[in-house]
Amino acid sequence: MIHVSNLSKSYRVHRRPPGLAAALRSLVRRKYENVHAISELSFDIAPGERVGFLGPNGAGKTTALKILSGLLYPTSGKVTVGGFTPHERRTDFLRSITLVMGQKQQLLWDLPPAETFAMNRALFDLPKREAAAIQNELVELLQIGPLLGKPCRQLSLGERMKCELVAALLHRPKVLFLDEPTIGLDVSMQSQLRNFIRHYNETTGATILLTSHYMADVAALCPRVIVIDKGRLIYDGDLKALVRRIRPEKRITLHFSSVPAPGSLDRLGNCVSHSESQAIMSVPAAQVTDAVRAALEQLPIADISVEDPPLEEIMREFLGGERPGTGGGTP
Amino acid sequence: MVAYRSEFLVWILSMNMPLVMMALWTAVAADGPVGRFGQRDFVSYYLGMFIVRILAGSWLVWELTMEIRSGTLATRLLRPIHPLWAFSATQLAAVPMRVIVLSPLVVVLYWVAGARLPLHDPARVAIVVAAIAGAWLLLFLVMAIIGMLAAYVESALSVFDLWLAAQSILSGFLVPLELMPAWVARVARVLPFRYILGFPVETLIGLESNATALRDLGVQWLFIAGALVATIALWRRALRRFAAFGG
Repeated sequence: MIHVSNLSKSYRVHRRPPGLAAALRSLVRRKYENVHAISELSFDIAPGERVGFLGPNGAGKTTALKILSGLLYPTSGKVTVGGFTPHERRTDFLRSITLVMGQKQQLLWDLPPAETFAMNRALFDLPKREAAAIQNELVELLQIGPLLGKPCRQLSLGERMKCELVAALLHRPKVLFLDEPTIGLDVSMQSQLRNFIRHYNETTGATILLTSHYMADVAALCPRVIVIDKGRLIYDGDLKALVRRIRPEKRITLHFSSVPAPGSLDRLGNCVSHSESQAIMSVPAAQVTDAVRAALEQLPIADISVEDPPLEEIMREFLGGERPGTGGGTP
Repeated sequence: MVAYRSEFLVWILSMNMPLVMMALWTAVAADGPVGRFGQRDFVSYYLGMFIVRILAGSWLVWELTMEIRSGTLATRLLRPIHPLWAFSATQLAAVPMRVIVLSPLVVVLYWVAGARLPLHDPARVAIVVAAIAGAWLLLFLVMAIIGMLAAYVESALSVFDLWLAAQSILSGFLVPLELMPAWVARVARVLPFRYILGFPVETLIGLESNATALRDLGVQWLFIAGALVATIALWRRALRRFAAFGG
């Protein structure tokens, strides 16, 4: 569905030092430098996949999404999405994709969302009845019925984001580019949107490429991740495999019914944090069963849970130093 | 709502500049005609100017420069319709509202001040309609071209200010061109400004014969053809540059 081969994108940027003298000098002699936003990026995404596109700020994620959605021209390399070259922006291509940017909006600011939906129905030339059915389904899933007649400027961020999604999905796109779709939303709203995105993918078979700084989005939605840094690919493969490589340990969270004896945690593994009522232990994956058994036998356990280390921590460690290379997990 | 009302008021006032010029020139002509313009001719001329501005006005340049600089043009680029079609639809949709709001004023001026709008000849009406449509299209395309410069220069609106300065003199907006020195009027005939305002107004109030108006209509549409070619060529190039302002 998405094919990216040796994609590069560079910008010519004017640079000057601060101050009046530098400003005047730059009127006569301007200094430019080339900034390489993306370098030799290659990957393929199969139809129906949900892929997380990760990297630190300035890594080139949004630039790549904009190239894939036809907003930017690549400097070099080959990109196809559903068989189309995005920057040619053919009508059939634009009908088959959508780009949702958490920090930009397509809703008409002064009018109720229903007006944007009606406009999109006309722009995408959707049959009235079909569009109404899709709209009703999306409105019901996202529970935004009461918002349809309210001016967009009076909606909360979360309400607006839900309406943005409806506007972006009315034409049933086959490819969704989601750039920080949950940014600024509270935890409950994030969860609702994630469920909705997953539902859309499962019911329509749409391909999803998602960027997010909330690792919970990625963990909940994306079995596969593509990680880039400074415009270069540094990992492409299974998210769980990445987690295992970076942090082969599991986290065991122990909740105590009474204060455990001093030193009693030492035998279980590395203690990440502990208080009188709770301790978090880091244990090699192969020893989790033994550690849990020992904890249940030797400690006053009220509750116990086993999880992977937080994805934020793993990404921080990954992007901060260790580089396992591409995972080779591209389907 | 207060913001909308005040914005609306500012718009009405800015549309009324021809009426200010009308008052000024009718006062000047009180002592006798200026060229072949008597008081009634000035009323007709500036009422015609007012009508042409209602029907053929555009604000594309402000919208386009703002959208390029802020990156919001991206939203339009994702829709399966060319952004210039979408812009043109928005702007044309505003014409009926302008007509409804401002037509009472036109009617009052027509009856009270005794303007002349000789539109009895169907051929003349057809030329006037084509001239006003052409004026709208030419201004729209010029604004598109200058607006797209926002992808290249930091202040495309300053370029448009230069255009406006030249247009106010060479289009007949401030002074009817035939009252200008002969060489200015000659120069104005070969520049596009007159075909945005002066020409449709002169045709509307019957200052030109049908034959002359038809010839000028041809010139107007030649300018439109040139502007269209420039718009298409510049649009493609500007989109490549839009990268830097992607937002």
